[in-house]
Amino acid sequence: MKYICFYFQIHQPFRFRNYSFFDIGKDHYYYNDYLNESVLQKVVQKSYLPTNTLMLKLIKEHGSKFKISFSISGSALDQFELYAPEVIESFKQLAQTGNVEFLAETSAHSLASQIDFSIFKKQIQQHALRIEQLFGVKPKIFRNTELIYSDQIGAEIYKMGFKGMLTEGAKHILGWKSPNYLYYNAMQPKMKLLLKNYKLSDDIAFRFSNKNWDQYPLTAEKFAFWLTELNPKEEVVNLFLDYETFGEHQWADSGIFNFLESLPRAVIKNTPFTFETPSAIIKKLQPVAVINVPHAISWADEERDLTAWLGNCMQNEAFRKLYGLSPKIDQINDPKLLQDWEYLQASDHFYYMSTKWFTDGEVHAYFNPYKDPYEAFINYMNVLTDFAGRVNSFVPDTSENKEINRLNGMLIEKITEIERLKEQLKRMKKKVS
Amino acid sequence: MKILMFGWEFPPHISGGLGTACYGLTKGLSKIPGLEVLFVVPKSFGDENQQAVELLGANQIPVKITQIERELKFSKKLHYIEAGSNLVPYTTPEEYFNLSQKKLKGKNIYIETNAEGCIPFSGKYGANLYQEIYNYGLVAAQIAKNYEFDVIHAHDWLTYPAGMAAKQVSGKPLVVHVHATDFDRSGGSVNPSVYRIEKEGLDAADAIITVSNLTRNIVINNYKIKPTKVTTVYNAVEPVHNGHQNHIGKADNEKVVTFLGRITMQKGPEYFIEAANKVLKNMDNVRFVMAGSGDMMDKMVERAASLGIMDKFHFTGFLKGEDVFKMFAHSDLYIMPSVSEPFGISPLEAMQTGVPVIISKQSGVSEILKHAIKIDFWDIDKMANAIYAILNYPALSKTIIENGWEEANNLRWDESAQQVHEVYQTVLSKT
Repeated sequence: MKYICFYFQIHQPFRFRNYSFFDIGKDHYYYNDYLNESVLQKVVQKSYLPTNTLMLKLIKEHGSKFKISFSISGSALDQFELYAPEVIESFKQLAQTGNVEFLAETSAHSLASQIDFSIFKKQIQQHALRIEQLFGVKPKIFRNTELIYSDQIGAEIYKMGFKGMLTEGAKHILGWKSPNYLYYNAMQPKMKLLLKNYKLSDDIAFRFSNKNWDQYPLTAEKFAFWLTELNPKEEVVNLFLDYETFGEHQWADSGIFNFLESLPRAVIKNTPFTFETPSAIIKKLQPVAVINVPHAISWADEERDLTAWLGNCMQNEAFRKLYGLSPKIDQINDPKLLQDWEYLQASDHFYYMSTKWFTDGEVHAYFNPYKDPYEAFINYMNVLTDFAGRVNSFVPDTSENKEINRLNGMLIEKITEIERLKEQLKRMKKKVS
Repeated sequence: MKILMFGWEFPPHISGGLGTACYGLTKGLSKIPGLEVLFVVPKSFGDENQQAVELLGANQIPVKITQIERELKFSKKLHYIEAGSNLVPYTTPEEYFNLSQKKLKGKNIYIETNAEGCIPFSGKYGANLYQEIYNYGLVAAQIAKNYEFDVIHAHDWLTYPAGMAAKQVSGKPLVVHVHATDFDRSGGSVNPSVYRIEKEGLDAADAIITVSNLTRNIVINNYKIKPTKVTTVYNAVEPVHNGHQNHIGKADNEKVVTFLGRITMQKGPEYFIEAANKVLKNMDNVRFVMAGSGDMMDKMVERAASLGIMDKFHFTGFLKGEDVFKMFAHSDLYIMPSVSEPFGISPLEAMQTGVPVIISKQSGVSEILKHAIKIDFWDIDKMANAIYAILNYPALSKTIIENGWEEANNLRWDESAQQVHEVYQTVLSKT
């Protein structure tokens, strides 16, 4: 038996309003409600609701041979509750079929894995709990924001009780290997990894309506035929997509819904593949090899690295300043502040600050409220400055706190020094041997 | 290919924006194989030591020209002609004083030009000026008879009549280069005589080059010119390679925000003051400098005084040459809030010195710059917000400085010259 893992990401950030420095210390409301609501309504009407209806129909039609999985970020869930509660109902309906698996992620859709595992884990627990409450099943599989993954992240996630994780089938980590097998983590062999087949995924997500593509138009039959052309030994094809692919990135008039509607039939009829959930796949298949990922990867850009979020000094500065507040956040229980803390961490804010796109001039972020990265950074820093002011008035800098911070700083310095020396030692050893 | 180019000024005689642009462009053009430039500027001769060649035209206007082989700092020699004319451009009051002290022959008309080579036209020159401009045209006709060339290229309205006269005599195609129009200079109250000269020149031209799409649109809409005739070629800067390391060290705790340019309506100085006032209400360790002079200066001093910010707001008067560079080097931020700016080279110079810039969207240069903060000139809240951010978020100014330095240095005159060359080829292929 061969499997297709059909997984969809659903996320919407809380975009900030135009927050000028005049507002700092005076106005603590940061969000552009009009923009957030109108974007969400648009995506809900064009994509989420019609696609959910179609998915439900397909599940009824194909039974156990058509299974799908989702991860829905905490901020997307918040926006559904605020602006479109019917979407949650429709996901609940999907959940009740038993053919749909919901994965865990960080509630804030954050990049916390890049700075602090304790914050990272806390956000995952929060999210997992909420998913269980909403859809009745405790998530067993984890996917990180933007499919960010490294050996260390995988090992930490295993400690939390997850048995599998989704990430990118990046060329530079796979080398000659195929993404179409189950793999395992380099530090924790019991941690299974499903790697995105970016070629086949992007054929649907990015190239579907591109008339200059030599395979245009893409039909379900053609896609199914490509599956039969794969190496017969390969066991799993991981199609990981943004859910907005259906109806938003690819508009309804491109024929994307017709494609989706006929895909399961074409696949089930003409190929040895059926659609399965990630947790079933990791039970049914044996991992074939280890994957070494010492440096974090993501599903973005040609490089599949993190430079779209943490690539320039503005992004790094904002990121450091934000998480510099985390020791104080631990002492806060004000729900309003904690909610802002969540929304400030969304990876989208950092994406808007990227200067990578300047060269190709393309719009890379959907519904990016800023004209350029500088504007994005200015606005974010104004918000962050106000937020930091509120945090500091909640947790004043006592001499004791200051001392703790100082010692923490020293500790981090020492750790980086040790890392550096270790690295040096390794190099020296290599030279000697 | 030989180009007969009519300019207004040429460094080192005058170093305004138009002169700088002509110099850069000519230098770029001279690198193109097979292309020669014959550059003509009006000049009154007071200096008898110059080897002037006297030509007497049929129209009985004595035409004196000096031909100087000027060595530019590169491969080819430039044929540079100073044509005897009673028009004398000057940029600064000091220069005017020096010029008028020299005993020049005949009645000279001193025309004040600003840093962009535009004439702040107040009407004080009277009808005589127009006569002289047309006389310069007659000189041009004489030159056109005596030299061989393939294309005529005229920079801005003062030289259009010269270009047209040369075209009439020679039948060669005319390219006019619009660095500014009277709509930019006058802020809407256009001088009809200037407009007429501009319109005639644009109509007579076989091709028009504008320094931005902003200017291109003015040419098309306000002068009713066929869009296909108008091409945008952006200005550039001379590369500086040690720019942002040269930043002069100064007190860390105090920031300097600079406005540098004529204090006239076109440059939007009042918006700078209002934004400064807003920033000063929220921040203490900052000073604002307004460098330049102009007809709105007194009003601006009054406004700053009435806002009660004069302890933090400084007027330097007119700056030139080395002082401009020093001013940039002392600045943490440069602002160009122009209401209407055909191009605007000064932000590029600031970027080359390692200074981040805020520019108005109503400037031609904003069409090509990515690494600058762009605002509407009237949006003082946004301007204040951007000033605050650049001064308070070091990562922002660092990123803008680094990227901006590279961006400015990549705007090469060679490329602009290449595009101008293409315009020449197009007009030649049509004849």
